[in-house]
Amino acid sequence: MDSQGPLPSTPASRFDIGLIVNGTSHRLAVDARTTLLDALRDRLHLTGTKRGCDLGQCGACTVLLEGRRINACLTLAVMVHGRAITTIEGIATDGELHPMQTAFVQHDAFQCGYCTPGQIMSAIGLLNESRTTDEATIREHMSGNICRCGAYTNIVAAVRDAAARGS
Amino acid sequence: MLAFSYVVAPHAETALSLVCGGSNATFIAGGTDILQLLQEGVIAPPSLIDINALPFSGVQTEQGEARIGALTRLSDVADDPGIRQRFPLLVQALQETASPQVRNMATVGGNLLQRTRCLYFRDATVPCNKRQPGSGCPAWDGLNRINAIFGGSDRCIAANPGDMAVALLALDADLLVQNVEGERRMRLADLYRMPDENPQHETTLASGELITAVLLPSNEAAGHSYYLKVRDRASFEWALVSVAAALEMDGTRVHRARIVAGGVGTKPWRLMRVEEALQGRPLTPDLARQAGNRAGDGAAPRAGNAFKVPMLQRAVERALLTAGGIA
Repeated sequence: MDSQGPLPSTPASRFDIGLIVNGTSHRLAVDARTTLLDALRDRLHLTGTKRGCDLGQCGACTVLLEGRRINACLTLAVMVHGRAITTIEGIATDGELHPMQTAFVQHDAFQCGYCTPGQIMSAIGLLNESRTTDEATIREHMSGNICRCGAYTNIVAAVRDAAARGS
Repeated sequence: MLAFSYVVAPHAETALSLVCGGSNATFIAGGTDILQLLQEGVIAPPSLIDINALPFSGVQTEQGEARIGALTRLSDVADDPGIRQRFPLLVQALQETASPQVRNMATVGGNLLQRTRCLYFRDATVPCNKRQPGSGCPAWDGLNRINAIFGGSDRCIAANPGDMAVALLALDADLLVQNVEGERRMRLADLYRMPDENPQHETTLASGELITAVLLPSNEAAGHSYYLKVRDRASFEWALVSVAAALEMDGTRVHRARIVAGGVGTKPWRLMRVEEALQGRPLTPDLARQAGNRAGDGAAPRAGNAFKVPMLQRAVERALLTAGGIA
């Protein structure tokens, strides 16, 4: 099966699926239960996407599905068969950090760093949504990403800075 | 998570025939609640029927009755220009629902059918009459801070957690529902059941019925509506108490009011006594306070959630003041 081919037309428990991750097509055999998070981390070894709560409540697993931010832990891999996923590993180009990564570094927008890939992917998703980027809007629209270290002040500053630079 | 089978339904007929007839198969669309329930072992369906390929997405708001396809994502409803212009109450409720990531995934139909956040329902290791009929209700004398003060029975006091359904009920929405025999139209107000003796039966939908659209009648409340959500943190949290106030004004007088509360009932809870207190009267701070006081009529709180009665009364007062533009 190629990455765009159809899935079986009757209920099944195992699937050969295609995922286009950071522009590269992958084929993999998955159980129906395999979440996108499991597929990325355990099968494709893209461990930048983090597992936090596994219940969609912390945002550590945020990735982009065709440009829109989603929780990879609430997504079955089979449900995104043939579709384009962007993870934290896919946003730098030719060794240059993505402007949102640069802004997080410049503003020291993290402490332990565990939530940071999700924060950055969520912030890129936010800017894709073409909203205003005043502080209140950023705080509200970044609320799906929890930071136990409490680096929120610098996260907001980084997102504002990246937005102002047209990230 | 127990094993299940999965299939993408290419047509509505396929989806409906796979779920009807006691198969215990479950529809999945956005998956944001189903995945949580699967991860925590609260549900274990033998089969998931993916309905995302069905043609039930999109919003039509040009004139007259507005139509929101049941597969439309919450973020797409909230960002729709026609919805923003005609139904700001719905937009406010959606903007305060879950997180941006979840709103990009969750669908309108699925959101109407989301399961309760009762701590005991979500914990598969303890009894719960809704999850395991006849096993008991630990919430009755347990941690019931988030539970319902209206509509409960001694079998179940689980609160309906929704925001969108509260706003849609204040907007007098209808639903289109499909089953193998065809399509029917029903009032949203008739969707949810009271727990009574059988809290496991949460809606009036039959097995194998699928919500395909939400229909919103034109209304004159757009300029005088407000959704107030009171919760433990400022964002990404379920309501302890919420109030959807939709006022049709005749000058300073309330011509018609639909006031619905969330977080307090076993279903989205229409506050008829508040509506009666407002009917035909000039909206003043005094009237808002008096009407708000009626919001607690008929409440049956438990030890941990008695605070919701005064919280609801004052939330109604504040929602009325804001909706009426006299705050």
